[in-house]
Amino acid sequence: MKLIKQTGIIVFLIGLSIFTASIFTGSFSLTQSELDTFIQEKGYKSEVIKVELTKAIVTEEYLNIFEFSSNVRNAFEASNKHYDALIAKYSAEKNWSEKGEQYQYKISGKPHSLSFTLAKKAGKGFATENTGLLWFLTFGFGIIGALMYIVPDVILLGKPGIKNNGIFLNAATNRGWIGWFAFLFLVSFYILLYFYPDFIVNWVYLVDPISISISGNPASQWFLYGFLYCTVMTVMAMRMYIKYRHNKYQILRTTSVLFFQIVFAFLIPEILVRFEKPWYDFKNAFPLDYDFFFKWNLEELLSSGGFGLFILVWGIVLTVVVVPVMVYFFGKRWYCSWVCGCGGLAETLGDPYRQLSSKTLLSWRFERIIIHAVLIFVLVMTGFALYTFFYGADQVLGIKIQTIQDIYGFLIGSIFAGVIGTGFYPIFGNRVWCRFGCPLAAYLGFVQRFKSRFRITTNGGQCISCGNCSTYCEQGIDVRAYAQKGENIVRSSCVGCGICSAVCPRGVLKLENGPEDGRINPTEILLGNNVDLMDLINKK
Amino acid sequence: MEHIVIIGNGISGVTAARHIRKNSDKEITIVSAETDYFFSRTALMYVYMGHLKFEHTQPYESWFWKKNRINLKKGYVSKVNSSSNEIEFSDGEKLGYDKLIIATGSKPNKFGWPGEDLNGVMGMYHKQDLEKLEKYAPDNKRCKRAVIVGGGLIGIELVEMLHSRNIPVTFLVREQSFWNGVLPKGESEMINREIISNHIDLRLGVTLKEIKSDAVGNVKSIVIAETGEEIECTVVGLTAGVSPNVDFLKNSELEIGSGVKVNRFLETNLTHIYAIGDCAEQHEAIGSRRPIEAVWYTGRMMGETVAQTICGNKIEYKPGHWFNSAKFIDIEYQTYGWVWAQTRENEARFYWEHIDGTKCIHLNYDKNTREFIGINNFGIRMRHEFFDRILNEKRTVDYVLEHLADANFDPEFYKLHEQEIVAKFNSENGTNIQLKKKSWKRIFSKSL
Repeated sequence: MKLIKQTGIIVFLIGLSIFTASIFTGSFSLTQSELDTFIQEKGYKSEVIKVELTKAIVTEEYLNIFEFSSNVRNAFEASNKHYDALIAKYSAEKNWSEKGEQYQYKISGKPHSLSFTLAKKAGKGFATENTGLLWFLTFGFGIIGALMYIVPDVILLGKPGIKNNGIFLNAATNRGWIGWFAFLFLVSFYILLYFYPDFIVNWVYLVDPISISISGNPASQWFLYGFLYCTVMTVMAMRMYIKYRHNKYQILRTTSVLFFQIVFAFLIPEILVRFEKPWYDFKNAFPLDYDFFFKWNLEELLSSGGFGLFILVWGIVLTVVVVPVMVYFFGKRWYCSWVCGCGGLAETLGDPYRQLSSKTLLSWRFERIIIHAVLIFVLVMTGFALYTFFYGADQVLGIKIQTIQDIYGFLIGSIFAGVIGTGFYPIFGNRVWCRFGCPLAAYLGFVQRFKSRFRITTNGGQCISCGNCSTYCEQGIDVRAYAQKGENIVRSSCVGCGICSAVCPRGVLKLENGPEDGRINPTEILLGNNVDLMDLINKK
Repeated sequence: MEHIVIIGNGISGVTAARHIRKNSDKEITIVSAETDYFFSRTALMYVYMGHLKFEHTQPYESWFWKKNRINLKKGYVSKVNSSSNEIEFSDGEKLGYDKLIIATGSKPNKFGWPGEDLNGVMGMYHKQDLEKLEKYAPDNKRCKRAVIVGGGLIGIELVEMLHSRNIPVTFLVREQSFWNGVLPKGESEMINREIISNHIDLRLGVTLKEIKSDAVGNVKSIVIAETGEEIECTVVGLTAGVSPNVDFLKNSELEIGSGVKVNRFLETNLTHIYAIGDCAEQHEAIGSRRPIEAVWYTGRMMGETVAQTICGNKIEYKPGHWFNSAKFIDIEYQTYGWVWAQTRENEARFYWEHIDGTKCIHLNYDKNTREFIGINNFGIRMRHEFFDRILNEKRTVDYVLEHLADANFDPEFYKLHEQEIVAKFNSENGTNIQLKKKSWKRIFSKSL
């Protein structure tokens, strides 16, 4: 058994290495006619871009992705600079009509995204010619190796029960060197994905056949991300099933997040695209889905017939009706631990790291400020966006709405939710985004704290203050503080993962939905003592 | 301002301190020779097992004490001078008090076995024991085998700890079946099976004769008294019970039995001195409880109670209905009310065990009045409030079974066994109890 595990690690690492190394393979170039077709399809009006791009990438030379990218970005920059110079010239001459004429020649878009689009067409080499084989050597080895490492635990971990032996003694789960490596790898992955997609175009080739079979289109870097997300969640869900096989709640919850991720966040949207409908994840609720009310999205939905309208209405109903009603009955756990994709990855890939969340009072103070600040940010931004949409403006109070959207998208959508949110798992725990950033979590939390039937009941006087509950709470809630006072846990940050209840060695905690009355029950003297004393102190 | 000094920073002393602070502005000093801050002793095992770091066992962050104006003093109290209202430390320092609470807890029993002070022999009580264990049994290379002497709650926890690092363990249990002084036959045998199925070398009905040393004072082996068998080992865990930690009070004016003698108000024979927790001994046991209660919960309750008395609301220590819990490797145990190991004259019993042999419940009730006396439940979590109410209202065993669905405290979606349990009771007793569907209204009505 141990041998299978060790071999599994090696196989996994081989897969991961090949995956990483594949970035550096292949060559990128276009023929003149391919380039001409591309420019025509894109409708670039610039008279300069064709010359620049031809110089850049129509070549017999072997350009690797970095060289290709650099050339392409320089080409676009040169083209835009040319017209910027003309704009400046006409501006100085106060020739406003000529100046206005120049803007149509400028090409917008992030340089690395422009480069990605071209690179996707220009790739040659192992990744494009042996996609299936390379998929097997990367994804295949990764999956098989990981499973070889995970599955033997069914036997090695012994009988069903709490399985946390050695977590704080292991370099992978204790902020040791393995954790730091994982941290670096994850952060790098997200930075590449969001900001340098062209560098990882070889990875995107690997999932082209899968994308084509579902939506009919070749893959983008987002499809790669979605596929990788589903794969990682599935493999780590196997680990969850084995580790928590004594706990039905964990098994069902893991299955639920897996289902919602694969079906709602991956398959359905791609199939919608196949039917020429907008790409849409039905479970992604505003304000987590922060661009739902952006102009480009509203326009797309309103021009997609009845179905587009349906999505628009559903999106609003989801946030305004479904969310609070479900939180009333079940607590915010229905979304955060059973449906949400961020939560799904946190509960599977992030499970080995949940004990790393900070439990200090200081963290809670910081959490309260920052998560509500993000909520205010997104609500104000959305308000502005709707204003500009209805009134045909492009700025509010002198600030361009596009700028606000860009800042939010960059800071919150990419850095906070992505790079920090997942990248920080191995060092700061698995719910950094959920706890400190997610505006939907803040909204769900309000409802849970003030108008919900959900609570974690503490079992009378049975708590022995061991601290397992607080340690394994991914949201950094001091669960023990409540349990050792016999008080129910009703906290806006509680995502109802149920792990505190699972790791409690004395059966003190139970997640339940019950009558609102008496849900919050400050208690000073615990059950088991003098009943008169309890009456005296607790009723005070 | 009155100065309250508390010797001992465990659950008893700290609970007393917290409640005194909640109810007054008195000056409070907690003294400890063991650690700087209060930690949960029950969690020590999880530190060794890697589930927790030591800091995680501390219920309060370090700013808590200053914020609540509770002074912490590290030092070993060697003497209590009641005539001058002072305690004296081993380094000669003295500290005056207006009222003194002794909360020094227990110490592991040593019965004078040869070799009981060798390197590698330890109890499992203090933080220092944890450090010793880490030193002598860090893995199964440096510790090829450990022997645990004493089959009780601490013993089984030490077994689980060593097992978590794959260190082979021999478990010497004096009784013929594990903990059968407390557990009835069915439950005791279940635990025997649990221990054995985890590949622990369980030896029932044997005691320790001596611990043998190697050339440099380390443990080399132990000898079993009944058979003379010698077992090689490098670590010996002494878990044959605990006794009150009161040796330092032998030369004081305090009345000492096994522990510090106290009355119902937790007062000792000397005015202004109280004793609570493991180290306190009631002159007369309360109800069916023992005179010395070395249990986490009762220590906490005594702390809650003595704080009231000290703050002017003099009340008796009057524990409510008995409850306790433990964990035997992977089997959780809870008990509410009394379930004696031997059936008493007025009692009738009902025992149900799940077919997989790791879950059971055992009901104890009066055979004439059918009044519910107690329950043991293994592998199924039960609601404390439910059974407390049952005992308060003196309900019958039939009522309990009828409402068994309300009692369940397992996580959602767990398989429920009430139907099976009630069916078995009915078939054994010729009754026709109908299991009522779980009712939130009934469950939560007590908390209103």
